[in-house]
Amino acid sequence: MGSESMISLSGPVLGPVLAIGLPVAAINWHSVLFLLFATLASIFAVGVVLTDNVVRMALYLVFSLAATAGLFFLAGAEFIGAMQLMIYVGGTLVLLVFGVMLTAQAPFVSIKPSAADRTLAGLAGSSLLVVLLAAALSVDSWQRPGLGEVTAPTATPLGMALLGMRVDGPAAGAATGAVANGYLLPFEIVSIHLLVVLVGAAYLARAKRRRTPRPIDAAASVVSAVSVVEGSERVELPAVVPPRSGSASALVAGGSK
Amino acid sequence: MAAFLINSVRLPEWLAWTITALVAAALILNVIAGGALAFIWAERKIAARIQDRLGPTRTGGRFGWLQSLADGIKLLAKEDLMPDGADGMLFRIAPYVSFCASFCAFIALPFAFDFVGQRLNVGVFFVIAVLGLEVFGVILAGYASASKWSLFGAMREAAQVVSYEVPLGMCVVVPVMLAGSMDLVTIAEKQAGWLTNWYLFHDPFTFVIFWVYVTCAVASVNRAPFDLAEAESELVAGFHTEYSGLRWSFFFMAEYASMFLVSALAAILFMGGWNGPVPLAALAGFSEGNGDTAHYLVRVVGLANLLTKATLGVLFMMWIRWTLPRLRIDQVMTTCLKYCTPIAAAMFAGAMLWQLAFPGGLIPGMARPAGEIREGWLEGPGGQSAPVVVPSVDGTVAKAVR
Repeated sequence: MGSESMISLSGPVLGPVLAIGLPVAAINWHSVLFLLFATLASIFAVGVVLTDNVVRMALYLVFSLAATAGLFFLAGAEFIGAMQLMIYVGGTLVLLVFGVMLTAQAPFVSIKPSAADRTLAGLAGSSLLVVLLAAALSVDSWQRPGLGEVTAPTATPLGMALLGMRVDGPAAGAATGAVANGYLLPFEIVSIHLLVVLVGAAYLARAKRRRTPRPIDAAASVVSAVSVVEGSERVELPAVVPPRSGSASALVAGGSK
Repeated sequence: MAAFLINSVRLPEWLAWTITALVAAALILNVIAGGALAFIWAERKIAARIQDRLGPTRTGGRFGWLQSLADGIKLLAKEDLMPDGADGMLFRIAPYVSFCASFCAFIALPFAFDFVGQRLNVGVFFVIAVLGLEVFGVILAGYASASKWSLFGAMREAAQVVSYEVPLGMCVVVPVMLAGSMDLVTIAEKQAGWLTNWYLFHDPFTFVIFWVYVTCAVASVNRAPFDLAEAESELVAGFHTEYSGLRWSFFFMAEYASMFLVSALAAILFMGGWNGPVPLAALAGFSEGNGDTAHYLVRVVGLANLLTKATLGVLFMMWIRWTLPRLRIDQVMTTCLKYCTPIAAAMFAGAMLWQLAFPGGLIPGMARPAGEIREGWLEGPGGQSAPVVVPSVDGTVAKAVR
């Protein structure tokens, strides 16, 4: 109602008066925001390629991916946007941590790919660009929603479909009378797969335990006990060090009785 | 508000939306900044009382209530130093990364029924996802400072993040499951009514998982006993050792904002959000016919409710900060991964089975079953209610209710 009255006012009557204001009103602000986020994403993506420092690369990647998440939010796909933040941006955190750990030492501070690497990456990137451009140009007409007109689809149908129920009800299923199945099986397969990967990773990364304490561990426990006891102004060693105790605090507690 | 500006004030649409966005952003900024000022003062007083001191007493007359403001002015005037070997760009940007993450999470946080920056259908998920980005600032600060203390702090933070995020996510899933929605507004509205409708008292499992959430939330905002990244008695000041002046204060604003945020999230997920322990509005007979002013008043009362709950949460965090000693990093990881995660998983399964076994609550009539309670008149005139899918008891039918 508001926009209608605006148009009727600004058209014949106030047209000349609002002529200066009109270009602002005529701008599709949805597109402006889109351009803003897209430009940010592109700039930081280029930054990832151009910088040598691993940590900066990770940071630019974070910004680029976050701008992409902004694009998703702009399109009203809130679930995908939050997913993008959680998985990609959050996942880059691990990359950043590895970067920090690696660059604490000098030889890895900067990464300079060889010419062959550059060529290969350039080929892969440009072929992907060609595919994407072809796909984008093959679309007949792009929808351009205005501000505030986006009716965001909720994540509920998606979640229910993953649980095996299609609440959105595809038309094809309704026509044939078949019950619309969700995606429970693929979902479960992926879940089990991820669980196996998790268990495997935990198995590979677990600390290898020895059955019997090594002599060096017993010695270490004595050393730590000495240092702690010195800290509490008791210079003499306890007469007997329990072989398996290894806990300096137990010794200190025993000594202070 | 945008609808009001467009329809009543006859502003052009783009201007109305811009103004709405700016007002929301300004309000959120005020919550963060004003909250930080008040909470820092409260923290100092509480710490002092717990340690049998007085704390600030002079600035601003009684109780030293202007102390935070004085500190703020001092911080503004402080020289902004940067170590020689620091990575300048990262060093400068790190506090803002932390702050922006906290700020963005506030956008989706509802303060009362429709007092929300942007109501998101996946509000919980968004808040948790964005809150997880705050650690970027910490790790970048630790790396860029070119100081070993800072790097230690950052590495500890990294280890801590991977530990608490798993159980935190599982805790949040339980109220989402009970409400059948990830929308924070819907989750809070489902707990309307008496105290017993809060998910905290829904069943024993949710009560336990609330405390798991509290543990993980404290870990996620880097507060003692989980302040490993700071650890002032071991690492000087941890990740912000090299920071001073305004940048340092940005880290602190981010910390206090996050504290407030996780407390408000706890209030919404487990303690009824803006619904008080007693449904005053419903008892007083407010209904849809009472007009806009009544609606607005009820929402303001709800706002006060939520702010009170969140503030109590922050005070609770201060209490445990000055009571419990700091854990070692391996103890943090043990707590989060070895204890919190299995407990959260078991409680999740328990809450699920409870919902199947006692869909109407344990004592009939004491608690109304989750999902039935809608104070329908709270649906705003804008008709902003999202479609709510009510999962029925046997889990076979799901219908979309507009």
